Amino acid sequence: MQSQPTYNYKVVRQFAVMTVVWGIVGMLVGVIIAAQLIWPELNAVEWLGYGRLRPLHTNAVIFAFGGCALFATSYYSAQRTCHTPLFAPALAAFTFWGWQAVIVLAAVTLPLGYTSGKEYAELEWPIDILITVVWVSYAIVFFGTLVKRKTSHIYVSNWFFGGYILTVAILHLVNSAASPVSFWPMKSYSAYAGVQDAMVQWWYGHNAVGFFLTAGFLGIMYYFVPKQAGRPIYSYRLSVVHFWALIFTYMWAGPHHLHYTALPDWTQSLGMIFSLILLAPSWGGMINGIMTLSGAWHKLRDDPILKFLITSLSFYGMSTFEGPMMSIKTVNALSHYTDWTIGHVHSGALGWVAMVSIGAIYYLIPRLFGKAEMYSVRLINTHFWIATIGIVLYIAAMWIAGVMQGLMWRDFNVDGTLKYSFIESVKATYPFYTIRLLGGVLFLAGMLLMAYNVWKTMASGKAVDALVLAPAAQHA
Amino acid sequence: MDILYLLVPLSLVFVFLIGLLFRWSLAAGQFDDLEGPAHRILMDDDRAGGERADKPGGSPCAAGRIEQP
Repeated sequence: MQSQPTYNYKVVRQFAVMTVVWGIVGMLVGVIIAAQLIWPELNAVEWLGYGRLRPLHTNAVIFAFGGCALFATSYYSAQRTCHTPLFAPALAAFTFWGWQAVIVLAAVTLPLGYTSGKEYAELEWPIDILITVVWVSYAIVFFGTLVKRKTSHIYVSNWFFGGYILTVAILHLVNSAASPVSFWPMKSYSAYAGVQDAMVQWWYGHNAVGFFLTAGFLGIMYYFVPKQAGRPIYSYRLSVVHFWALIFTYMWAGPHHLHYTALPDWTQSLGMIFSLILLAPSWGGMINGIMTLSGAWHKLRDDPILKFLITSLSFYGMSTFEGPMMSIKTVNALSHYTDWTIGHVHSGALGWVAMVSIGAIYYLIPRLFGKAEMYSVRLINTHFWIATIGIVLYIAAMWIAGVMQGLMWRDFNVDGTLKYSFIESVKATYPFYTIRLLGGVLFLAGMLLMAYNVWKTMASGKAVDALVLAPAAQHA
Repeated sequence: MDILYLLVPLSLVFVFLIGLLFRWSLAAGQFDDLEGPAHRILMDDDRAGGERADKPGGSPCAAGRIEQP
């Protein structure tokens, strides 16, 4: 047995388990800050005030939970589709420990108040350098694995993962460029100032959405949906068109975050136009994923993992319709700065990113621990329903709150004065904040069920590394 | 808006590089077969050894039921 090569499942196992752990941590912080908005007295200690916990929440769910899910799934599917173990296993192990170090450093420094003040890139310069080192290692491991593949074709999920790894590297380098002034206390100044900085920030911010939270998770979708359904992707041709269309058109959606600001008007309009164009590749991919079940819809009835995956695509379709719509300047005049934006983000983050990750982790865990299936399929089903109800409560509450705020802020008396003071719109939002908290608590409860289920599966199984299989015969 | 002198050329460089990559993938025959690859990932049996879920009475959610087309 020793002589036969096995896939490197160890690093996949590590990332898969940490996905669940960081998911719980990140969502718990989200629930805390949602509660702080209802009961401001919960901002009792300076380190745990809303302003410091909010970036911790976003970093934890995007880069810790989402990041670990992407590492686990990309390492797994790249090995399986290339029929070769990971390139540079020591470097792969380093990406795990390095990434965990980044997360722990974030969890310590953000509550202490160290921040560069750039949204989704708050970490200070020494941590930014560590991120760069880990990410370059990730790229070497991933692309090295593709290079030593045993098949001539590179499966489409690998293209999406590859696109996400390269683009995130560039985004991080450009946006986090800064002049350090001291190591401790950590302090640096951005390389850009004023509106230039805002433009770079949202060029980064929206492309992070596009490549970290979209292209990366589409890589998950293109591998795990067909595998779990036991059916090939609806149209492989469409998936290839989807990839090239997405990466050719994504880069310029960022300015829609800066509508009606000091950014030149034409730049805002350019951002809006590119955002509208994005609807086409996004929906192409969504339809391709969902139609994979065409003719086998009955599978959705009794396979909760597939429910997670397919529902995630429905939310993907919903939020990629909502996003371009909100980028239209006249719509944005109503929605900007309101909780509608928060609702939009969470329909993407909980509905798409979290659900597709959860589905993929449920797929992976039994395979990584030598089991035929999860400890309890019924619990997966329960998790699915709790999570879905949680999301619906969350986004419906934020939609109503957002539209209400937007309408109140633009309401005038006949004499031209504002009809409502700002605080009146805050008061009116309280009931919706409470519904949002309830939705968040439900989603977190689902993650706790998942952790229990994963724990029981791990306890009854043992870590196994599958043998490397030769690729199936190719037909020229 | 001096920043556009960085971001716009960066996008153009990107589009150029993506174009080169696309040309390579065409020339390398990546798109010669647009049916087979979709099926080939399903021929890769990644179920855990030992317990088999495809035996009668197995759960519908068991890891990796492969449906023959």
